[in-house]
Amino acid sequence: MRRYLLKRLLSALITLWLLATVIFLIVNVIPGDVGRRVLGPFALKEDVARYNHDLGIDRPLINQYITSMRRLFTLDFGHSFQTKQLVSKMIFPALFRSGKLALLAFVLTIPISIAAGIFTARRQDKLADRAVVNVGLATSSIPEFATAAVLMSVFCVHWRFGHVFADPPPGTSVIGQLRYLLMPALAMAIAYFGYIARMSRAGVIQGLQSDYARTATMKGLSSGAVMRKHILRNSLAPTITVISVSVGYLFGGIIGVEKVFNYHGLGSVMLTAVTSHDIPVLQGAVLLVGIVYMISTLAADVLIAYLNPRVRLEGTR
Amino acid sequence: MSPEVVPSSIATANAAALAVEVLEVVYTVRGIDRAVLRGVSFQVAPGEAYGLVGESGCGKSTTAYAAMRYLPRNGKIVGGHVLVNGNDVTGMSTDELRRFRARDASMVYQDPAQAMNPSVRIGNQLIESFTLLGQTKEQGAKSAVEALRRVRIADPERVMDRYPFQLSGGMQQRVVIAMALACDPKLLVLDEPTTGLDATVEAEVLDLVRVLREETNAAVLLIAHNLGIIRSLCDRVGVMYAGRIVEEGPSRQVFDDPQHPYTVGLLRSLPRKGVRKQERPLATIPGILPLIGGDLPTCVFLDRCPLADDLCRTQVPPVVPVGSEGNRFTRCHHVDRIPELVEAPPDVPIGILAPSAANPEVLELTHVSKTFRQRSISIPALVDVDLQLAEGETLGIVGESGSGKSTLAKAILGIESADEGSNVSLDGRQMSASTTSRSTADKRAMQMVFQNPDSALNRSWTVRRILMRTVEKLTGVKGTEANAKVEALAAHLRLTPRHLDLKPRQLSGGLKQRVAIARAFAGDPRIVVCDEPTSALDVSVQAAILNLLADLQAEERTSYVFITHDMGVVRYLADRIAVMYLGRIQEVGPTDDVFNGPNHPYTEALLSAIPSVDGEPTTRIRLQGEIPSPANPPSGCVFHPRCPRAIAGVCEVTEPPLAQVAPGHFMRCHIPIDELATMQRSTAAEAR
Repeated sequence: MRRYLLKRLLSALITLWLLATVIFLIVNVIPGDVGRRVLGPFALKEDVARYNHDLGIDRPLINQYITSMRRLFTLDFGHSFQTKQLVSKMIFPALFRSGKLALLAFVLTIPISIAAGIFTARRQDKLADRAVVNVGLATSSIPEFATAAVLMSVFCVHWRFGHVFADPPPGTSVIGQLRYLLMPALAMAIAYFGYIARMSRAGVIQGLQSDYARTATMKGLSSGAVMRKHILRNSLAPTITVISVSVGYLFGGIIGVEKVFNYHGLGSVMLTAVTSHDIPVLQGAVLLVGIVYMISTLAADVLIAYLNPRVRLEGTR
Repeated sequence: MSPEVVPSSIATANAAALAVEVLEVVYTVRGIDRAVLRGVSFQVAPGEAYGLVGESGCGKSTTAYAAMRYLPRNGKIVGGHVLVNGNDVTGMSTDELRRFRARDASMVYQDPAQAMNPSVRIGNQLIESFTLLGQTKEQGAKSAVEALRRVRIADPERVMDRYPFQLSGGMQQRVVIAMALACDPKLLVLDEPTTGLDATVEAEVLDLVRVLREETNAAVLLIAHNLGIIRSLCDRVGVMYAGRIVEEGPSRQVFDDPQHPYTVGLLRSLPRKGVRKQERPLATIPGILPLIGGDLPTCVFLDRCPLADDLCRTQVPPVVPVGSEGNRFTRCHHVDRIPELVEAPPDVPIGILAPSAANPEVLELTHVSKTFRQRSISIPALVDVDLQLAEGETLGIVGESGSGKSTLAKAILGIESADEGSNVSLDGRQMSASTTSRSTADKRAMQMVFQNPDSALNRSWTVRRILMRTVEKLTGVKGTEANAKVEALAAHLRLTPRHLDLKPRQLSGGLKQRVAIARAFAGDPRIVVCDEPTSALDVSVQAAILNLLADLQAEERTSYVFITHDMGVVRYLADRIAVMYLGRIQEVGPTDDVFNGPNHPYTEALLSAIPSVDGEPTTRIRLQGEIPSPANPPSGCVFHPRCPRAIAGVCEVTEPPLAQVAPGHFMRCHIPIDELATMQRSTAAEAR
């Protein structure tokens, strides 16, 4: 197990390094002169050059690369081109806020969609199964921001249940915050429900058809016990993987939802950074999403290894 | 349909541990109920073993699962009853059924690796069977260790902590049996319990079942397609065809003196009693099994029966008692004419030229080795193999899984490149080790037929397209000329033009294998490597394929390398046999020599492991332990740790050479051939 974990950790670090390198390359091939952009078309050439020199972006690429790698390991991404603030001061609180939203979305989605997966798998091809599967398919094909807009106009504007601005004022209690975050989280949950439910349904169907489930039934276990004790731990591995991967999509989807609800999370920070050519902020934010993504897939792998001895005990016999 | 008559001579339902009464099961396919079981009746007394035989689709597994009331989602019991210990299983509520499965009936399955939960420890899976009986976890753990001991697992405490994938196939099946016996069942259903296990492991499991049968008083229902297993384990047997039992009786009597045309056909299509291809082709059963749910004629076997006449077409055959003991019956109008079938003159022998030393050598392997590397560990899968193959000769290769049979086939074909220093020569020319660097002519010269035609044929292509592509690739001809060649080839393999425009999934297993063989023969090969080509087929289909292979060989002078685990098949088809163990050839020689002995002790064990449908006394040499890992082979003779005849101080020190013991007969053993002969004679005498 320890060897497996070390191996996975090492490969996560390598992936992270590759990600950082790719980001570095992309940022540097994007055309545009940062100094000119910040100082405007009428600024003097010398001023622009001095500005760029201060930012360090006139140095040879290899030096810049080394700097950015060093920053990666110290999680210090330098200062924003735009606001001159420390990048870490900007992105970490934003990550925290987005994290809250994402977590709520997950809490809303996962138990319900896994339960729906089990429910439908048991009723394969019956009316209830088809209904849930088709509704899930429909909702997951509507983009989050569209759902968000609908939810906002129905619940927040018409019924005044939630808040149009999802940013709770400072000092709001946890329960109070829920009211602010519920609608944007729901928008994301609706999009992911169908996806995860379909995945767990497929896994459980496979489990139900397996020989070991037959053995368990023939032992005299009730169908509930067969599900709990035998099928679930074998059937949920693909679902766990999908959930961990969807963390990445979630941060993509969050951009739209944050925009609709005017929420100042990582999504809006990234969006602003892109439009204003704020390279350090963009680099930092993207890397941060990368790190979150790595952690979630690593967590999924650990969970799968815990559930599946074949992964855990690989190579021993 | 008239209600089935249950033979009155059989003990009443109350005395039976299992009584199946006029059972009817349907499968709903696309909204239509299709009959699978059409009134099946039989009874099994406590302590008795009853076997069901028949080819796939006859309903034997459905009967077994219906007895446990475990049918697929689309299956339902529409008539009749299953009584276990007097309780009607068909009428039980969900809770009663659960209690019934926990306490009264158990099952052992075909594939033990799949039958256990892959992510739960053996111990916990076993304990569960006991806690269901009301034991506490602690009691359950004690009982589980006891149960493992009962199935002769040497180190139960250690096995409790393992996961299924960490055990060998034989051990896995023991654990499943231990689970099944946990409740001391009244009914034990065994569904193909040894299919897929190696012969020596199969023998161990069957020995265990035999011993356990003495210990319990359970009624045993055994489903197996291998008639030898049924004969060696069962007191009585029922022969099923198209959802009905057509003949029933004591297994020895049924197999020695069949009284239904189907049973006769089934037994005659088996390669048995040492028959060889030179003597006669195998008998086949013409036609195919009626589709499930199809309208049944008066007699289920009517369409394929050589005795069928107007009486059979107009009247349902009665249950005819056989013999005077009242324990046998058959369903046939023409019992008196059965001897005609049994004594039918053998078909005209195939014009096979006995391969002789005069035949030119086609293939020669010298010092062929193959070492796989896995993370700096080298695994020798083939070690210094020397073999020759003459034109028109069949070389059978036998050995347990992991013995290197398939690696040898791949090395010959160049699918796996043999190690440096190995030499594979075709017609005296050395071939390059890898297929990719061989010329088209060389690729053409060597082709392969695989075990499973389903995965060997492109399922979205028609047969014509599959064969066209092969013809074009191998012979270079194109268009109408290639098409003509495809049609000629198909005709040669007795595929009709209609078959050419079907897709593989529209063909039966036997027809699919014919297409796969046609593919191999498309480029007029010199050598065809057959890897278990009939092991997925029913015996009557197998007979047709074996006849076809023998025919093709006689006409084309093709040489075969024939890999199989079925000793009857290899004896029928092969001219010479090579026995492999841990990547080494342990014995190679003419088929008669290898079967008649004296043998290498490993061959002896393989031969004695086979349950025979003829019930011949076989010596009972059982191997201890499992095949060692090829990565870490034993010292000296690699077989010595499992060899019942190993000489201490010699066998574990030096590996014996492959020495000639008789003309053309080579063996790798320290024991002189005369001594082996004496030992084996005395073992055989003891067995009698």
